[in-house]
Amino acid sequence: MDLVLNPLAALGRGVLGGCRTAGNVALFALEALSHLFRPPFYGRLFLRAFVEIAYFSLPVVALTAVFTGMVLVLQSYTGFARFNATGAVANLVVLSITRELGPVLAGLMVAGRISASFAAEIGTMRVTDQIDALTTLSTNPMKYLVAPRLLAGAVAMPLLVVVADILGVMGGWLIATLKLGFVSSGYLKATFDFLQFDDVISGLVKASVFGFVVALMGTWCGYNSKGGAQGVGGATTTAVVTSSILILALDYVLTEMFFAQ
Amino acid sequence: MTGPAATPKIRMRGVRKAFGSKQVLDGVDLDVGAGSSMVILGGSGSGKSVTIKCILGLVTPDAGEIEVDGVNVLKLGRRDREALGDRIGMLFQNGALFDSLPVWENVCFKLLAQNRITRAKARDRAAEVLAQVGLAASVGELSPAELSGGMQKRVALARAIAAQPDIIFFDEPTTGLDPIMGAVIDGLIVDCVKKLGATAVSITHDMASARRIGDEAAMIYKGRMVWTGPAATLGHSGNAMVDQFANGEREGPIQMELRR
Ligand SMILES: Nc1ncnc2c1ncn2[C@@H]1O[C@H](COP(=O)(O)OP(=O)(O)O)[C@@H](O)[C@H]1O
Ligand SMILES: [Mg+2]
Repeated sequence: MDLVLNPLAALGRGVLGGCRTAGNVALFALEALSHLFRPPFYGRLFLRAFVEIAYFSLPVVALTAVFTGMVLVLQSYTGFARFNATGAVANLVVLSITRELGPVLAGLMVAGRISASFAAEIGTMRVTDQIDALTTLSTNPMKYLVAPRLLAGAVAMPLLVVVADILGVMGGWLIATLKLGFVSSGYLKATFDFLQFDDVISGLVKASVFGFVVALMGTWCGYNSKGGAQGVGGATTTAVVTSSILILALDYVLTEMFFAQ
Repeated sequence: MTGPAATPKIRMRGVRKAFGSKQVLDGVDLDVGAGSSMVILGGSGSGKSVTIKCILGLVTPDAGEIEVDGVNVLKLGRRDREALGDRIGMLFQNGALFDSLPVWENVCFKLLAQNRITRAKARDRAAEVLAQVGLAASVGELSPAELSGGMQKRVALARAIAAQPDIIFFDEPTTGLDPIMGAVIDGLIVDCVKKLGATAVSITHDMASARRIGDEAAMIYKGRMVWTGPAATLGHSGNAMVDQFANGEREGPIQMELRR
């Protein structure tokens, strides 16, 4: 009997624990967001986080986007050539990148960089009593450490993805014209004629959500870390893993929402 | 207006706090008179830091009362609690300086947070406070990571006193310093507290330091205050536990728990 019940009990505990954690994360996010509407505002800290996300992630995201665009052209050309439909390559590339690959790949790259750095910085502050020190220095740590970072994540990611979109399409165009013999003007015309405003917007909405999630998981894991250097290391790992998985899961949810319309 | 004897600055009654199954505070009672300097003694892990964190509101007790100026702080709303926090200074055990900010911003952090000073004036103000703890104004431009342990303690002390609090807590201010630097820091603490006319609560397990800083002393053991008395009598107080602790004897009523 125990053999049957134990795994069930473990599963139940796991589900309950997961729900409790999700609830705590949601409360944490709501509290931080509420601070965005009450002074004092920490513009300087917002700017610092913004530059960290938007500017310093630029090289990684740019490289990812360019190579993705290049590969996408080769692969789709292989596929479409079998149906004599290579004219659709440009359309496929621009749609995949703006709607899907731009936000998701940029999101995953930023998850690695930013949620790790937020978790490590805030986690170190937690285990060295710096967060308690903020409270004794008349400063709300949620307002000071968390709120500016969440805002920066939601605002900076779409900008980063605009760049990723452009570079991804450029990467595709480069290979299409140089290697596959497409006519440059024709390829670009096919790209832009086909692209709709909604395609770009849906990608940018995704980007904003992903940026928020990355910042949220980074700050939450850091804020709740305990147990010295090892605890901070664990918090960093958890932040990267959970934000990456959440990006992929939310990507499906958001895509389905846009799909339904 | 009642006298200090009638209304202690800080009054704790039956404060209990457990972390998981571990009962860290098990009914702490403590009175600290206005303007006096109280030293809390006790072994490592006996709950000294948790006691102060309860008064500061960083840890919420499971039970008991904590009064500051006769007001139960555990029942205060958020705003009143913050207003009380504005009048309290704290020096953390490991300094807890913000390593992302230069020293001058650390020192003036609370004044800036309360808008009592502009950023333009903060550097000059930081230089004044740093001078009080024996540091040159140029230290203000450094990052906390560039400072030695003794200098970090001084900066942490400067940060704790910069907003002129009327209650100050010092958590092991001299631990990890050489004896001379320890004596210097003790001297600075006594001077600063006297100048502010503040009430001070210090944690230490250094007897020389306890006698230098404290008017009164209390000893915590197994989650309770087992003794309170004048700091000058430490070592010959007549209480077997306190004397064992003060004189560092291996045999006595206190059994070191190596493992819980
Ligand atoms: N936030 C916390 N979570 C869990 N346990 C804690 C926490 N803070 C303190 N403790 C435990 O409480 C005990 C007393 O800690 P503390 O007050 O820091 O000791 P000390 O007297 O050396 O300052 C220790 O055993 C510590 O592990
Ligand atoms: Mg301690």
